[in-house]
Amino acid sequence: MKAHVYKRDHINTDEIIPARYLNMDQEADLAKYAMEDIDTEFVKKVEKGDVIIAGENFGCGSSREHAVWALRGAGVKAVIADSFARIFYRNSINNGFLAIECKGISQSVPHGASLDIDLKEGKIQDLDSGKIYTFSPLPDFALQMLECGGLLNLITKS
Amino acid sequence: MGQTITEKILAKHAGKKSVKPGELVNASVDLIMCHDVTTTPAIDMMKEHGIKKVFDPEKVVIMPDHFVPNKDIKSAEMVRKIRIWADEMGINKFYDLGNHGVCHALLPEQGHVKPGMTIVGADSHTCTHGALGAFSTGIGSTDLAAALISGELWFKVPPTILFNISGTLAEGVYAKDIILEIIRRIGVDGARYKAMEFRGPVIDDLSIEARMTITNMAIEAGGKSGIVAPDEKTIAYLKEHGAEEEYDLMKSDEDAVYEQVIEIDVSDLQPMIAFPHLPDNGKAVTEIKEKIKIDQAYIGSCTNGRIEDLRIAAKILEGKKVPKGTRCIVIPATTEIWKQANKEGLLDIFMEAGATVSAPTCGACLGGHMGIIAADEKCISTTNRNFVGRMGSPKAEVYLASPASVAAAAVSGYICDHRKLGEK
Ligand code: SF4
Repeated sequence: MKAHVYKRDHINTDEIIPARYLNMDQEADLAKYAMEDIDTEFVKKVEKGDVIIAGENFGCGSSREHAVWALRGAGVKAVIADSFARIFYRNSINNGFLAIECKGISQSVPHGASLDIDLKEGKIQDLDSGKIYTFSPLPDFALQMLECGGLLNLITKS
Repeated sequence: MGQTITEKILAKHAGKKSVKPGELVNASVDLIMCHDVTTTPAIDMMKEHGIKKVFDPEKVVIMPDHFVPNKDIKSAEMVRKIRIWADEMGINKFYDLGNHGVCHALLPEQGHVKPGMTIVGADSHTCTHGALGAFSTGIGSTDLAAALISGELWFKVPPTILFNISGTLAEGVYAKDIILEIIRRIGVDGARYKAMEFRGPVIDDLSIEARMTITNMAIEAGGKSGIVAPDEKTIAYLKEHGAEEEYDLMKSDEDAVYEQVIEIDVSDLQPMIAFPHLPDNGKAVTEIKEKIKIDQAYIGSCTNGRIEDLRIAAKILEGKKVPKGTRCIVIPATTEIWKQANKEGLLDIFMEAGATVSAPTCGACLGGHMGIIAADEKCISTTNRNFVGRMGSPKAEVYLASPASVAAAAVSGYICDHRKLGEK
């Protein structure tokens, strides 16, 4: 998985998926416009399984879950940020999408680095430099949701 | 140990005596709000999981607002899908075109919001409803589907920051200026994951509508919710808006534990203008040295599209003209507000001044329709977000301000101190 690094803080949902595309709600449609207002080239560059690295408060702004779907649809496997805005984080967990909080990561991982994530151990390794970053492992209920494939699977099962 | 109002509401709905910040609880929800953008995915999810009914249709309120009157075929289809689904589910509280309005203005206006409730809405500004003493927060579509199915949701109990607002608000300085100042001080993530509780003599003096302007923007500081403890004004508002009389008047205990207490004396506060591209980029209008010419002035939204806001704007626009090269758009937030503004002659004032008035809608607040801005244009707006691309082109600029400041900019063509309008 390759890292797409955006060092900026407060990357908001209007940049991740602008409102002009909110007349659509299918992941495949939204995917075409992921990150459009921050980087028009993103969808051309991203490959399945890549990760986004960003600064503080990633995903602030609106409650549109379309932001998570657009990224996932574009092939993004995880967002690793210094911190997340609440609703984006919650939407990620509910979708079984990986949002990993790792302080300081946006300033250290070079663009294009190949990363490996160990969820249980809470470790991210930069395979090029060998450098290891640690994060607090996801809470149990979040891991459970990841395993189930999201909140709805969890509640409709029980 | 004492508890905050937010902890009390969550504890009660989780069936517990008390809760602590950080604790994960499953709480029942009293009211679920759905709008046109975020609801269709929840409908699909429910269908995919074979769910054929909502837990309690009486607790669900639906109001298409973002792209209404439908702006294109796709949005028309979304609303149609919601309409058909609402019928199937037996949801009667559906505010369709003609009775419609921007969700956060409509919900309390129609008497759905009551103190002590837990309210979730699939919209980030659902924090608005804390102005009436409810715990109210924004969620995404999956949460919405989960709440519709089960009537409960998981919450991490937020720590509370108390904002004690004291002093005397100067003439021409409004609730919008207070909240822009608060966000300027603590930043767009200053209250991330936290409940923001507002109190103090200045809050006591504010009308309920003005309190809504403040709680509305809690999310712009990253807050999970904003709340004002209910008082006599709250009760009067509930009566006036036909809310049923049963409700739970809670307030924070004297010895409640706050994560932080922030004291703000607003006596010296000036009208605030939040510069592009973040709501925390506020400056006192008196400190702005450059001349900023605006292309568009926008008055509306769930932050400042209520009747009191329109009255303030009309007072400034009355008998004046929007100059050539400047556009002014006024969007009353709900049908009732539109009618009231019409009755009071405010709509005439706007139109005579060369502004245009539209039907209620979120419109250009989120760059949907009704006043999208082009590259290199500048818009001053009574809305709540000035992110890149928020009102249209990613190359445009949005400045946030109170209805008075926006109306004054509409009249002069420049960002200016509305108190000095007409002075040479
Ligand atoms: S008026 Fe603007 S902020 Fe309010 S609900 Fe509509 S789009 Fe969101």
